[in-house]
Amino acid sequence: MDKYLEMIRIRFLMMLAYRTNYYTGILIYSINIGAYYFLWSAIYGSKEQIVGLSVTQMTTYVAVSWMARAFYFNNLDREMALEIMEGKVAIELIRPYNYLGMKTMQGLGEGIFRLFFFSMPGMLIVYFVFPIEFTWDLSVWGLFALSILLSFFINTELNLLTGITTFFLYNNSGLIRAKRVVIDLFSGLLLPISFFPGWAQDVMKFLPFQGISYFPSMIVTKGFSHTQALEAIFQQFVWVIILFFPIQILWSLAKKQLIIQGG
Amino acid sequence: MFYISMFFQYLSQYLKTRLQYRADIFVEFFSDLLSQAINLIFILVVFGHTNFLNGWSRDEIIFIYGFFLVPSAVFSAFFNIWDFNERYIVKGELDRILTRPIHSLFQIILERIEMESLLGAITGLAVMFYAGSRLGLEVHWFDPFLFIVFVLGGALVYGGVFIMIACISFWADARTSLMPMMYNISNYGRYPVNIYNKLIRFVLTWVLPFAFVGVYPAAFFLGKKEWFWYSFLTPVIGVVFFVLSVMLWNQGVKKYRGAGN
Repeated sequence: MDKYLEMIRIRFLMMLAYRTNYYTGILIYSINIGAYYFLWSAIYGSKEQIVGLSVTQMTTYVAVSWMARAFYFNNLDREMALEIMEGKVAIELIRPYNYLGMKTMQGLGEGIFRLFFFSMPGMLIVYFVFPIEFTWDLSVWGLFALSILLSFFINTELNLLTGITTFFLYNNSGLIRAKRVVIDLFSGLLLPISFFPGWAQDVMKFLPFQGISYFPSMIVTKGFSHTQALEAIFQQFVWVIILFFPIQILWSLAKKQLIIQGG
Repeated sequence: MFYISMFFQYLSQYLKTRLQYRADIFVEFFSDLLSQAINLIFILVVFGHTNFLNGWSRDEIIFIYGFFLVPSAVFSAFFNIWDFNERYIVKGELDRILTRPIHSLFQIILERIEMESLLGAITGLAVMFYAGSRLGLEVHWFDPFLFIVFVLGGALVYGGVFIMIACISFWADARTSLMPMMYNISNYGRYPVNIYNKLIRFVLTWVLPFAFVGVYPAAFFLGKKEWFWYSFLTPVIGVVFFVLSVMLWNQGVKKYRGAGN
């Protein structure tokens, strides 16, 4: 366990060394949130509410989901693909740790870094610039914290799955890109799942994506009641467990058919 | 002349390498198609809840999106420089480029050419024709010519901005996360600029003029007279930004000291 914690720490420090990038990043995320704010204001027009969310709630939703994205988002799939293609994975495999576990921890280190140096200051800026309303109910924030942690795991598991496919496909940059756009839409980052037509919502109930962005954002904007929030978190938890299995299966298959070219 | 023959030389080499991995092309095309489909879904879902976006109808917005796809396809085919920093500066590949007898930027563009992105233009055209026919737009004899001019203008705007961002690497060699996020900003050009506030509208028009990639030129074909002035500015802005970016590039290359081996 120690070595995994150490890995989180190292990644954190590594990110700290390059922190200047993040100040520009905050600015650009804010612009991003801003643009969606205007888009949504135009969409709302003179309407008070759309499917139970007011403009202010919608703005908060957008801001929270982008800032939460900074925490759960990582490029593990691309990193893995690169390591596999360059043959570095051979060395990773003989090291005395679980490769996938280590990747997850690296992602977590990155996420924690961004949470403190990106999301929090970013949130503060956005809070002063746009009409956002936060609840001061600590229990909501507690549920939110739990929820984004689970978001991180779901997203990371999907990334690992995509990364592992490199073993079989050799070049999966297209798949990685496709996965990213699918997650942006179906996770509820771009628009809340409740905006989709009923049949699409029904389909998405059976997919893990809404656990990535929609649930935590709805919890914090109070679009969910307390029981709904608990149900959502439970659902996220179930997905974390379900996704664990295909990863293990593909991983053991991948190790068997791995051919290292170079390295 | 030399530059043109170099272009075709590289193009033929490029085609040979790409045709080695045909499955790749297919997957990439499919993932492009998917991301375009997702943007369309976004528009469709949003218009499930409203009929007009500041006076623009659903089909008009779809038309703008279709137009936007064409210059961005041209851009991604020829200005594939998003990893310029890692590939050329950090790894020191630029040393090799600078020893070549053609302009360094042109050389990099040739090396990184990605013709299959042009397929995105076909999707764009299809989307435009779909939306256009629903709106009952007529095609005039001059439309195709203006379309080509506007598309080139838009692609140059795009290219100019991204080259300028790539130039940052000459002065600051740390990795910047600007490039990928600039893609996000470029997406605002697909929506009518009058939904944004004055500041953002100003930025999208004069600073990061992505509005000239999508909404301004598309407004011409939609017959939105109040935007015509901006539509015709598209090629001008494109050329100005591109020339500026090349000038900045030339300055940057002088600054370049080399890294790696």
